[in-house]
Amino acid sequence: MSSVAEAHAHAHTGHTETFVSKYVFSMDHKMISKQFLITAVFMAVVGMMLSIFFRLQLGWDGESFAILNAFLGDRWAPGGVLDKNMYLSLVTIHGTIMVFFVLTGGLSGTFSNLLIPLQIGARDMASGFLNMLSYWFFFVSSVIMFLSLFLESGAASGGWTIYPPLSALPQAMPGSGAGMTWWLISMALFIVSSLLGSLNYIVTILNLRTKGMKMTRLPLTMWAFLITAIIGVLSFPVLFSAVLLLIMDRTMGTAFYLSDIIIAGEVLEQTGGSPILYEHLFWFLGHPEVYIVLLPALGITSEVISTNARKPIFGYRAMIGSLVAIGFLSFIVWGHHMFVSGMSPFLGSVFVFTTLLIAIPSAVKTFNYLTTLWRGNIVYTPAMLFSIGLVSTFVSGGLTGIILADSALDINVHDTYFVVGHFHIVMGLSAIFGMFAGVYHWFPKMFGRMMNTKMGYLHFWLTLIAGYGVFFPMHFLGLAGAPRRYYSYSDYPMFDNFVDLNQLVTLFAILGGIAQVVFLFNFFNSIFKGQKAPLNPWKSNTLEWTTPVEHMHGNWPGKIPEVHRWPYDYSKPGIEEDFVPQTVPLAPGEEEH
Amino acid sequence: MTRIFVVLIVALAVIALAQLMRIYQLSSKVRNKKEEEISDTDNRLNASLMLVSLFSFFGFVIWQIVSYGPYMLPEAASEHGADIDQLFSFNWALLFTVFFAVHTVLFVFAYKYHYRPGTKAYYYPHNNKLEFIWTIVPSVVLAGVIIFGLITWNKIQKATGDGAITIELYSKQFDWTARYSGTDNQLGKANYLLVSGTNPLGIISDHSIAERLAEMEESIDSKERKLQSILPDDQADEIEHSIKTTQRLRARVLDIQTKNAGLKSGMDDKVVKGEFHIPVGTEVEFLFRSQDVIHSAYMPHFRLQMNSIPGDVTRFVMKPTITTSEMRLKLNNPDFNYVLMCNKVCGAAHYNMQMDVIVDSPEDYKKWLDEQKPFIAETINEEQIETKQLADN
Repeated sequence: MSSVAEAHAHAHTGHTETFVSKYVFSMDHKMISKQFLITAVFMAVVGMMLSIFFRLQLGWDGESFAILNAFLGDRWAPGGVLDKNMYLSLVTIHGTIMVFFVLTGGLSGTFSNLLIPLQIGARDMASGFLNMLSYWFFFVSSVIMFLSLFLESGAASGGWTIYPPLSALPQAMPGSGAGMTWWLISMALFIVSSLLGSLNYIVTILNLRTKGMKMTRLPLTMWAFLITAIIGVLSFPVLFSAVLLLIMDRTMGTAFYLSDIIIAGEVLEQTGGSPILYEHLFWFLGHPEVYIVLLPALGITSEVISTNARKPIFGYRAMIGSLVAIGFLSFIVWGHHMFVSGMSPFLGSVFVFTTLLIAIPSAVKTFNYLTTLWRGNIVYTPAMLFSIGLVSTFVSGGLTGIILADSALDINVHDTYFVVGHFHIVMGLSAIFGMFAGVYHWFPKMFGRMMNTKMGYLHFWLTLIAGYGVFFPMHFLGLAGAPRRYYSYSDYPMFDNFVDLNQLVTLFAILGGIAQVVFLFNFFNSIFKGQKAPLNPWKSNTLEWTTPVEHMHGNWPGKIPEVHRWPYDYSKPGIEEDFVPQTVPLAPGEEEH
Repeated sequence: MTRIFVVLIVALAVIALAQLMRIYQLSSKVRNKKEEEISDTDNRLNASLMLVSLFSFFGFVIWQIVSYGPYMLPEAASEHGADIDQLFSFNWALLFTVFFAVHTVLFVFAYKYHYRPGTKAYYYPHNNKLEFIWTIVPSVVLAGVIIFGLITWNKIQKATGDGAITIELYSKQFDWTARYSGTDNQLGKANYLLVSGTNPLGIISDHSIAERLAEMEESIDSKERKLQSILPDDQADEIEHSIKTTQRLRARVLDIQTKNAGLKSGMDDKVVKGEFHIPVGTEVEFLFRSQDVIHSAYMPHFRLQMNSIPGDVTRFVMKPTITTSEMRLKLNNPDFNYVLMCNKVCGAAHYNMQMDVIVDSPEDYKKWLDEQKPFIAETINEEQIETKQLADN
């Protein structure tokens, strides 16, 4: 090691660290990513439990469950029967936690933080301080969202989309009181966190790439995180304004979203506002949000599939192109959530057109994944299983999206269980599969230990079965006309045929919960007791596997390695090993790709 | 007690798992097994499971289609509903083809190309021709989907409602009210400021305005009387605030009065609760209004859904094609009824905000409508009763 490099390394490791600066207010991207992951795991457990609670009610309407009473108490589950208002709170907070806290904060926060500096060859994020703030805003907003479940008047309960006037008027339902206030504060903080994080990701990827790391040599994870961050920066502020106007309507007597309302016998003065304005503002974030959730998962899968198929990702440039296309299109499709809101039918037609266009880059991605598997040499790590699972759910859920994008068909399935089935498969399952793939794949990098493979297999197969078991039947319920967010269907004879199907769904949901216990055990046990990780366990090409297993500030002792090739030189002809790390210079006469 | 049991079971399960893990870890140490090295057995096992999941997944899907398919999309009972169902069929054919094809390819590849030691994968980074093909083919197919979809959509939306029967569906937490125009074939104007116990939809008429004004003045008077007595400051403030609010609202009602003096179109409107009737084979124009939060009128049998929004009027035009009694015969279910549900979460009783819809033959419809009393008459009747009661006292 040259003396300069030695001095450099020293500068990065030399200062003393206290417990607080290392584990709590850390500015190291690797620690922050672990903080994001652990927080998200906690929130995911909460979100999952909430869903099992309301699934019990949906499977066995009005029956008493001791477990409901044990968790929700006599106030919200008297005699073990779920309260109607609590049912709506559970649905609302489940959605909010899963969409924002697990699949946005958890997925992007964890893997963007961990991988961006490591895969582009940077010592850390562009701003370590903003990065730390990003986590702590996320943490505080998570705490507020979680604690809102314990409010006396109940948590927010107007659905995760919190349409006013329902959410604006405390008289409309108990959850629109204090619960809604907490929800809004939590979301405002969450948006701040997301913006701080996203800005940092964009700046870091654009400016801090190591020598030789051209944009066309970036791993697809980086491209996915970059585009995700750009989408986030452009869309979250719009949600912020929507939230701000809602807060004003709630507290200052303004009428942005309110007009001509009589609520609980009280005649309100507000006139001239429109809740449709809120719907536009909300979905201008809300739809891109779907891709904020999905793109990182697709990026992770691209990386995992290529590595474990021991084969270059097929159509690298097309994969980038489709990411960019999806990112762009995601901003001009929001109106498909509003086909039956009374919006101009012509505008509806425009949104049908733009929405269905998204199917093209999605199809390209799917076919490219399939071709990557074709004649591959697939190593079945748990991460690979989840990635293949993602391709399956991406297809199953994406196809039903074609139905929902078609305004004429949407008339009949809008806001029914068909929608619930659709987005849980395409966004919920796909994104969570991507997240699991990421956890299994980069666990050695995060914690320096290996997760147990056998338990990973068990976790995957149970999760796949439970996932499809829960969400596939929902399409049939929806097509029969069953609306979502209903506490009970017993008053409608037309749904009598679906009682047993609803019970089956609940049983699968419980199985899914058990599967996650396997994961949690494996995860926490491996952090402390897992086998020690080698330097490059998956024989991967990307830069993160050249950093030492023991974390250090600055990531690389000595100089940052230089990059000479794209990250997908797997099984390249003429080379004995089936992988060539990015740091290996091109042999004379060797073509890049 | 249950709580202790649950905690105990969970704790025991975790301990059992931990012990199993320890055994596993110790034994893998002995066998020198490394987690990152996936054994041939494991690769083959997972590859075979991929094949198994192909068949079991398809089996599961087909089982659902066979057992629940008959209940999905109940027979369409409206003219445009049949068009929508046709569009559905076209899309199903396409979707299921792609679904089965892609999944077959995915799982078969996943099975076939599992790791074989000593072999190398085929280095195949890109093929522009291939990528071009699978950009163009989906584009062409989607063009078809879009065109067919938009033709249907425009056909549904183009219905003008000229010569149709206009029915207003009024929503509030947690019920629906229907309003029919009377002999003048015109729904009277309405304003939410006029809503009262006797005028649930706020229909504008001299009578309803006068009634409301009297009510407001009375409320202001009584509050002012209250202010005369000695009150804590905060209560007095509250009452003053409420007087000012009522005065501002009263000014708005006076404004309605000057603009709509002598308006009669609402007097003969018919206000109906519980169930509402529509005639078969006649175009019906629904207008939707909401009193409090967003609701959504959803009638799945007619393939109809439209949000109902406070401060706005939305509409949907449709023509029912099958009467309730015909549908009962078809389904062999004498209790069958078409239903109007709320499909936008609106509060605790959202799930039970429903109203029966009866499709009659034109004759039955006329008979039923004639039986419904005009709403003003009803109010006046009630008033007469009240006056009588006062006189009795």
